[in-house]
Amino acid sequence: MGWYVGRRLIEILPVFFGVLLVVFAISHLTPGDPVLIALGEHATPAAVEKVRAELQLNDPLPVQFVKYLGRVLQGDLGRSIQNSERVTVLLAKRFPATIELTLGAMLIASVVGVLTGVVAATRQHSWFDGLSMFVALFGFSMPIFWLGIMLILLFAWYLGWFPISGRLDYTLELTRVTNLYLLDSILSGNWAALGNALRHLVLPAVTLSSVPLAIIARMTRSSLLEVLRQDYVRTARAKGVAEQRVVSRHALKNAFIPVVTVIGLNVGSLLGGAILTETIFAWPGVGRLVVDSIFARDYPIVQGAVLVIAILFVLINLLVDLSYAYLDPRIRYG
Amino acid sequence: MNYRARRLAIPVAVLAVGLLLAPMSSVGAPMSSWDTKACGRVGGTLVFAQAQDAVTLDPHDAVDGFSVNNTSNVFDTLVRFKMDSTAVEPSLAESWTVSPDGLVWTFKLRSGVRFHDGTPFNAEAVKFNYDRQVDAKNPYHTGTFEYAEFTFQNVKSVDVVDPMTVRFTLSARFAPFLTNMAMFSTGIASPTAIQKYGKDFFKNPVGTGPFKFVEWVEKDHATYEANKDYWAGRPCIDRLIIRGIPDNTVRLLEMERGTVQMMDQVNPPDYDRIRNNKDLVLFAGPGLNTGYIAMNTQNPPFNDRRVRQAVSHAVNKAALVQAFYGGVGQPAKNPMPPTIWGYADSVQDYAYDTDAAKKLLAEAGFPNGLDTELWWPNRARPYLTQPQKIAEALQQQLAQGGIRAKLVTYEWGTYLQKTRSAEHPMAILGWIGDNGDPDNFLYVLLDKDNAQIGKASNVAFYKSDSVHRLLIDAQQASDQAARVKLYMQAQELIHRDAPWVPLVHAARVGAYRNQVENFLLHPLQIWWLHRVWIK
Repeated sequence: MGWYVGRRLIEILPVFFGVLLVVFAISHLTPGDPVLIALGEHATPAAVEKVRAELQLNDPLPVQFVKYLGRVLQGDLGRSIQNSERVTVLLAKRFPATIELTLGAMLIASVVGVLTGVVAATRQHSWFDGLSMFVALFGFSMPIFWLGIMLILLFAWYLGWFPISGRLDYTLELTRVTNLYLLDSILSGNWAALGNALRHLVLPAVTLSSVPLAIIARMTRSSLLEVLRQDYVRTARAKGVAEQRVVSRHALKNAFIPVVTVIGLNVGSLLGGAILTETIFAWPGVGRLVVDSIFARDYPIVQGAVLVIAILFVLINLLVDLSYAYLDPRIRYG
Repeated sequence: MNYRARRLAIPVAVLAVGLLLAPMSSVGAPMSSWDTKACGRVGGTLVFAQAQDAVTLDPHDAVDGFSVNNTSNVFDTLVRFKMDSTAVEPSLAESWTVSPDGLVWTFKLRSGVRFHDGTPFNAEAVKFNYDRQVDAKNPYHTGTFEYAEFTFQNVKSVDVVDPMTVRFTLSARFAPFLTNMAMFSTGIASPTAIQKYGKDFFKNPVGTGPFKFVEWVEKDHATYEANKDYWAGRPCIDRLIIRGIPDNTVRLLEMERGTVQMMDQVNPPDYDRIRNNKDLVLFAGPGLNTGYIAMNTQNPPFNDRRVRQAVSHAVNKAALVQAFYGGVGQPAKNPMPPTIWGYADSVQDYAYDTDAAKKLLAEAGFPNGLDTELWWPNRARPYLTQPQKIAEALQQQLAQGGIRAKLVTYEWGTYLQKTRSAEHPMAILGWIGDNGDPDNFLYVLLDKDNAQIGKASNVAFYKSDSVHRLLIDAQQASDQAARVKLYMQAQELIHRDAPWVPLVHAARVGAYRNQVENFLLHPLQIWWLHRVWIK
């Protein structure tokens, strides 16, 4: 087990190098120039040249890459071209927003999705099964921006239950330490901010959960249906085990392997940011950061953010793999 | 792109009386265009929501309008634009003189002004700010400062004459110099703060302006409080919050709920929703921009003036304005908008006339029409509200005039690069005025100096020697009336040669709740908010 984890962690290194190389190459080979884009129609040739020289963008690309690699190995991801902020500082501010949103969405998606899937599977062909699978399909097919606006219109604008956008009211003071607002408000005992941040989180998290929720519900249902037809389940029933116990003790854990895989993959990809949800709800997450930076050709930010996203993705997949061993004792690592 | 305003060390009440008694303002007079109304109410918090949060709060490094809306409320410039025009008036400089040869500008600075951190404002501070921007070896040259090349063009040196007098020496006579000194990127920042914060100055802005920086939660909001010691009198509101809410619909919903009092960039289809809401006000005024089609005049078929004139006849501008600009834009006939002095209203636009277009094409050797490409940028701009729809409408209009254009688009950065490199036959582009000077439109966009392949801002690659002579003469003329005459002539020639089809001058549009008083969106579309109060 320890050896396995160690080997997997070492495997991150080539991933790390590959990601750096590919992102560096793609972003620098894309036409357009940071100065040109910043100034748009207003860029003068002199300004473009001056700034390119200052940013050392005129060096050959391999030279730039080696220099960049050297700095990254020392933990220096560089500074934003647009405002000279350290990329590490920027990521430390923006990732927490995305983590909060992702965890909120995945909590809703997992709990509601698994419960729905279990009930649908144990009552296959019932009205609940039909309805829930229809709703899941609906949730999956809905364009996110449409769903987001509809939720805002109904629950925020019309009913006024939730704020329309943002992470926290500007009227509230909050000591930002981790930039996870929920955690920060708990740490500082600021209950007003906690309630406010929670209310801000609900609608974007529900919006973002719609797609993974649908997948998880359908996956749980089909996986559980398959397990329920296995011999050992029949044996358990034959022994007279109560149906509820058959499902919860014997079937569900085994049915969880594909579900956990789906949850892990979704957490991984959502941590890369959810550009539409972040845009609609003015949520300052990492998705908007990356997209804005790509359009601005702010290379250091794009490179740094993609690197961190890739590493997180690898780590989460490792966790998912490790959880298999818990769910199915036949699986052993090492 | 912006400026700032104010003056006045005298209490506001005295000022108001003075206003009634005295006509406004000769250079150095105590009254300014901004302070004609006393605050109807003092206090309260104003929330202004714009489509993006600031990128930087350093005025020297800002290039986007969203950052500029922040910095312009914190920093003052030597001179500032008047409240409702691009004419300039005194600000941190009380008065100025220019040498007979037009090369030496001497500014007498306002005394007793302090930065928000207590540092006194003086000639050394002005020089410090200049050095920081133009000298790449300066230890405080901590940004890319893209605009410095533009604002300080032709400036050879800046010298401190005495603590309250600063002298700019130019290498060539350059009439737009003074207007450039009102632009946002020449905002004067506290030297102490720049030294203290170094590379972090962009998130710790300290100026002399009406609002003091309190807090910036990036991509969310920035908070400012009134500078109660402001030299031109304190702002009417106590607190200013500038939020970034990217979705236009969501921003409007926030304003309808009252959580936001003002917003920029309204979707044209929402104009009526705002007009029909008694709590909201839609502000629309003439904009300082032009959207246009540039034809590549160096290559066939557009090297033939008759073909370009044919294209001009084939476009129905009024229909575009009606369909895509909520009816509040203005069809364009000149490269620059009528909000700028020197506008040639005498020019008669090419009539929308598809027969005339076909006739001109036939004369040019295209009796059956011609096939070409119309390029469009895949990014909404103030002058191009709905790029794809506008491009498709133009494609249809042109087809009726015998010009069959294939639509081509690229992502913004690529698009700029390719059009600068003359790869297009026809391209839709536009321009937003920086400083309200005709030079900023005509010379930048249509002079042969700026038609160098790969670096062109003149993407029609229009190289008229007679226009060039007029524009250079106008740069060097010291007399405004003489400049007006030269620009008029240039516009007539450009109209005749038709390197562009000027399409539209989009309106400047903003919306606010009706409790907001004394708001006027400046022609440069910078949201100066110090004279606004909340009922």
